[in-house]
Amino acid sequence: MAFYKNLTISQKQIVWAWCFLAVPTVFYVTIRFYPTANAILVSFQDWNLLGTRTWTGIDNYVKLFNDPVFWKVFQNTFLYLIIGTPVSLVIAFVVAYHIDKVRFMHGTIRALYFVPFMTSAVAMAWVWRWFYQPVPIGVFNNFLASLGIAQIEFLNSTTNALPAILAPAVWAGLGFQIIIFMAGLRAIPQTYYEAARIDGVSPMATLWEITLPLLKPTIVFLVVFSSIGFLRIFDQVFNMTTNNPGGPLNSTKPLVLMIYDTAFNGFDMGYAAAQTVVLFLVLLVVSLLQLRILRDR
Amino acid sequence: MKQFRNWILGAATAAITAGGSFSAQAVEIEYWQYFFEARITAMDQLIENFEAANPDITVKMTHFPYADYRTKVAAAIPAGQGPDVVQLFYGWLNDYVDANLIQPLPADQFPIDKIEAEFFPMVRAMKRGDNYMALPTAVRSLALFYNKRLFEKAGIDGPPATLEELVESAKKLAQKDGAGNLTTVGITTGMTAQDHHWFREGLIRQFGGEPYTNNYQTVNYNTDAGLAALKFYTDLEDIHEVTKVGFMDEPQAAFKAGRAGMHIDGSFRIGALDKVRGLKWGVAELPAAADGTKSNYSSYWVNAITTKATGEKYEAAVKFMAYITSDEAMQIWLDTVGELPAKPSAALTEANASNETFGPFIKGLEYAHTTIFANESGQRQIMVDMISRTDLEDQSLEDSLAAAAEAEQKLLDEYYQ
Repeated sequence: MAFYKNLTISQKQIVWAWCFLAVPTVFYVTIRFYPTANAILVSFQDWNLLGTRTWTGIDNYVKLFNDPVFWKVFQNTFLYLIIGTPVSLVIAFVVAYHIDKVRFMHGTIRALYFVPFMTSAVAMAWVWRWFYQPVPIGVFNNFLASLGIAQIEFLNSTTNALPAILAPAVWAGLGFQIIIFMAGLRAIPQTYYEAARIDGVSPMATLWEITLPLLKPTIVFLVVFSSIGFLRIFDQVFNMTTNNPGGPLNSTKPLVLMIYDTAFNGFDMGYAAAQTVVLFLVLLVVSLLQLRILRDR
Repeated sequence: MKQFRNWILGAATAAITAGGSFSAQAVEIEYWQYFFEARITAMDQLIENFEAANPDITVKMTHFPYADYRTKVAAAIPAGQGPDVVQLFYGWLNDYVDANLIQPLPADQFPIDKIEAEFFPMVRAMKRGDNYMALPTAVRSLALFYNKRLFEKAGIDGPPATLEELVESAKKLAQKDGAGNLTTVGITTGMTAQDHHWFREGLIRQFGGEPYTNNYQTVNYNTDAGLAALKFYTDLEDIHEVTKVGFMDEPQAAFKAGRAGMHIDGSFRIGALDKVRGLKWGVAELPAAADGTKSNYSSYWVNAITTKATGEKYEAAVKFMAYITSDEAMQIWLDTVGELPAKPSAALTEANASNETFGPFIKGLEYAHTTIFANESGQRQIMVDMISRTDLEDQSLEDSLAAAAEAEQKLLDEYYQ
């Protein structure tokens, strides 16, 4: 007590500042940093959650490198990213660009696009899962069958399953991206457009020379944000393929699902932690690359 | 400040007194199982009966969703937080014994020769050295569910007794629309449900093979018998066209909806099917092979005393274990949950064996085998992939079977090292 009394006012302010800062610091250290460090440690160990941990060095990483399933899963993860991000951004931009120009029922249309974003991913995945079923319960295939067209195997196919699972994931994310794009579009000063109109610039040129360059900060944000989302895709895949997780034949399995499976079905914590570390590094590299490429010069 | 200190002191004294007087009253032991409504109801009743007979012991039951159960148990016991008596899947026993989380049942109250005389033989997998580590209240087996209405409509007298009859019945039951799409399947298939058990312990053995050797550590189905079994299974879809993998998403869904003539499933499905309105179903033993060979798969959940239980809690836990493995407890479990008693003395009573629903399952227990899994979902996935490769990638049955055997052996080797 005496110690505190002898401090100057500014020293007391520092003490109080640290008292308040300690709350989030302690929280982050115990909830985030400690488990992260622990996961990195476990990735060099062999542990089944029950017994003692034994040190195995880089065995888990060697095993990962030689595991064909891991490379397949790695490829899938990037397919989700490479297809998902551009497709969702282009659709979101086109929709936002046009909604921005619509006056009639503007609010309602915007809400309709936003509803899927608020819907639980689990519920949506199950509804889409049933949409995709073959005759007699799948909506899409029943429609095709009623036209006399052969059924399409959506989920039970090594080629169609990944795009089929990606579709609802893209759809669910659209609402959020549209809102962000519209905010970006609104933020562009009208004076640029007026000047372009006076100069007789074509609408296409206006889009390329004014709208898109000025939307760059918005695009950077959405690219990074949705890339991380697609790299971490789990809910849709897990719920649409619960009986054969990530199947058929691992054709839809993303890295996160492989981690889950290794950790909580195989109880091979060390191997799962090694996969987690790899995912962490991938996310880090992809995010840094995107920030660098899309950064303002 | 002084006032505050006095208050703390007073509160601490009160807490200690309260705690002391509480522990003098009764021993409380904790029991854990996963959440499944009927199991909770049954256990509540068992606890009530047990407490009535042992007024000095109270049992507190805690339950978790199945998805979290294994992780929570694994995290709690080493931390000294968990249960005194715990329910485990039989396949997890090795891990728990190796990690020193459960203790052997005392030989004087659970003598080996008495257990082996009284329980069904598959329980022997729970023995380690001179002691049993754990014992089940109930066991499960497979049987053939059939839709009585569809059978009547197709003009079939009764459920098939042999695999040949199964194919014939399925052909009569299957229905297609104009474009040739199946709208009702003769029999459901899909390794994701119970079929991988039927394949391992049923079909392979019925075609003259033995799925594993060396106490389930060596894969032994990449043989003529294994191939014949696989061919029988895939022919249902490819040659006879009486089924489709993934028809109506899940086999049990197709059967519930009345879109499947036959469905192989476990006794735990009875409760769910009982609630379906308008579905008239029956149960029959799994069809025998041409030479009359019958084979079935059985699995069970066991109860064990954890290393956390010591002193008077240990004594209480032993008493509780003795009660929940008694004939009386098994009958309560059968009536409430629909799982079969683990002792022939309780299972093969006149009333149970002739019961229309439970009878076929109970008869199945006599010739049932219990697979010792290293990683059940991993090993099931290998079976799922085996069928997918022939189905989606046109791999030959021989190659797909060989690849499955190799993958499963690798998994087993890694586990047992």
